Amino acid sequence: MDISTQSTDAPPPSPQPSVTEQKRSSHGATRPGDRIFLGLSRGSGIFLLVIMAAIAVFLTYRASLAISKDHGNFLTTFEWNTNLVPPTFGIAVLAFGTVISSIIAMVLAVPIAVAIALFITHYAPRRFGGPVAYVIDLLAAVPSIVYGLWGALILVPHMTGLYGWLDTYLGWTGIFSWQGGAPRSMLTVGILLAIMILPIITNVSREVFRQVPQMHEEAALALGATRWEVIRMSVLPFGRSGVISASMLGLGRALGETMAVATVLSPDFLIHGSLLDPGGGTFAQNIASKFGEATEQGRDALIASGLVLFVITLLVNGAARAIIARRKEYSGANA
Amino acid sequence: MKLQRMNRRALTLGALAVSGALALTACGSDDTGSKDNGGGKTATAAAGSIKCDDAKGQLLADGSSAQKNAIDAWVKAFTQACSGVQINYKGGGSGAGVTAFTQGQVAFAGSDSALKPEEVTASKKVCNGGTGIDLPMVGGPIAVGFNVPGVEKLVLDAPTLAKIFDSKISKWNDEAIKKLNPDAKLPDLKIQAFHRSDESGTTDNFTKYLIAATPDNWKYSGGKAWQAKGGQSAPQSSGVAQQVKQTSGAIGYMELSYAKDGIKAAAIDTGASAPVEATIENTTKAIADAKVVGTGSDLSLELNRATKAEGAYPITLVTYEIVCDKGNKADTLPATKAFLRYIASEDGQKVLSGIDYAPIPTEIIAKVRTTIDALS
Repeated sequence: MDISTQSTDAPPPSPQPSVTEQKRSSHGATRPGDRIFLGLSRGSGIFLLVIMAAIAVFLTYRASLAISKDHGNFLTTFEWNTNLVPPTFGIAVLAFGTVISSIIAMVLAVPIAVAIALFITHYAPRRFGGPVAYVIDLLAAVPSIVYGLWGALILVPHMTGLYGWLDTYLGWTGIFSWQGGAPRSMLTVGILLAIMILPIITNVSREVFRQVPQMHEEAALALGATRWEVIRMSVLPFGRSGVISASMLGLGRALGETMAVATVLSPDFLIHGSLLDPGGGTFAQNIASKFGEATEQGRDALIASGLVLFVITLLVNGAARAIIARRKEYSGANA
Repeated sequence: MKLQRMNRRALTLGALAVSGALALTACGSDDTGSKDNGGGKTATAAAGSIKCDDAKGQLLADGSSAQKNAIDAWVKAFTQACSGVQINYKGGGSGAGVTAFTQGQVAFAGSDSALKPEEVTASKKVCNGGTGIDLPMVGGPIAVGFNVPGVEKLVLDAPTLAKIFDSKISKWNDEAIKKLNPDAKLPDLKIQAFHRSDESGTTDNFTKYLIAATPDNWKYSGGKAWQAKGGQSAPQSSGVAQQVKQTSGAIGYMELSYAKDGIKAAAIDTGASAPVEATIENTTKAIADAKVVGTGSDLSLELNRATKAEGAYPITLVTYEIVCDKGNKADTLPATKAFLRYIASEDGQKVLSGIDYAPIPTEIIAKVRTTIDALS
């Protein structure tokens, strides 16, 4: 089916300027308003880059101070004790926890979010879809500390049933075995994060699915496709890169989530084989937990860990852009 | 056209990186300090006894969250009497308080532990011709709260406590616990020991007690970060209390004011004739057993944590106010002095027991008063 290969571009909602328009804006700044605007926007751009560079320099400097004093190996030590003489700290557990909790969140959230977005755009009656979309958006407006409190007070006590079930039927895998500790583990954190990132993924996916050209869908319908086949052949391929972008936005939130994780998780500096064992930690949670009482040295160490999170986030986003870009090259839409 | 598309892509990548960074910083700035509002009660003091002298202006302070409720009560009473003074105590944590003090940002700092030698050195830069000193102002019992179905009273001693928190004892019907509680019906239930996930003066003092009282069973070096492996953790005293309340078989340490509504506090068998309950009076008795170890006008205390004195509750925390002995800033000195004089006064100390803190015993607080009068 030709439709599927023709339509894999992410549709930026803004109209693309034509070649003549571009020429005019880059060469012919003749009127004063144009010149002022050009100067303003160029200045803002440069200002932004300078701020970013200053932040980067500051963070790198403070981080290098801390790492040079670290008695353990910054990458592999399973401990965070910056008050010892010499201080010993490492990010292994934090990196592991950050990645694992985000993976759990993505695995749970992405399919549900896509399903909700499809439901709103293609199945629900218009009168019903609007309010549902609105309610989902409301989830995004809830501050993360509220999610944290809700998680600690309501979600955690209600997880024991699920944990028992997982232990009974999937305990043999090792990663779902449960020793009976309070359910303040990576799995609970992942579930909470999934709920938190749901709105952003749903919202962007919904917009993308809305942009699917009517012609594609009608063409598919005309060929006798069922509604599910229309979605499979025209909507999903068209929206794929948009959904990936949406997921990356969600992933960014999951990677950096602080207060909710700090409230729900029972952190320690060990890597647990089972997702159901309380313990582990994430970068952001560790910074929130340790910052208040940290000494100068401790803060530098936390900054160093934050820098690692920054790098991880950049890598993930870069990888996502690469995936989207590669898909673009092969698609016919841009030719 | 192709080239322009590449540029746009690079720009988007950059924009994504930037917005990612912004998102990260946005998360990082979430306020963590405002949850420790467990006291809630307010105490009124006889406003007539507060001497304002020529105190006025704004007083900035920062530090220990453990004494935040006490400071709040004091500030309320003091500013009612002396309307020209504004006191702004930010309970950002002891570490933050000391840092702010040595950088000269605050008039005084609250801290759960006395200044370290290098911090004293650092304070000389701020205290013109003097150094930072520690004034003990507030005592607090650290309660060992438990939640065991069917058990109303629990007695523990230091070795058992150490083994429980070091995951060496894992069931409530363990022989060691049975021996201390012959009358209790201890269930065959897993012990879930909760400690603090954030660095904390409460952890520091709790582990200092274990180190002093049972060094064979608690071999960790101590400090504000929890060091033993195993067990579970939660942020702040309120977080630990919450977990103990909702987890069957849980035990955890917390400031006394949090040990209520479904949490019972264990009594400690110190070797005195009867197990000691975690109460305000018993804490003051334990502080009375302390030695002043500070030099000069510094009044930092060394608690006798392995105390066997009758009725002295050993798991105790003393928090200090840190000021310069000489060389306080001229514009804040009158207000600082007046406020400290009030909180060290009989009325000021009387406020404490109403909000689950322990007053400092008479002999030590008398020395504090003398020191405050000499501040310059």
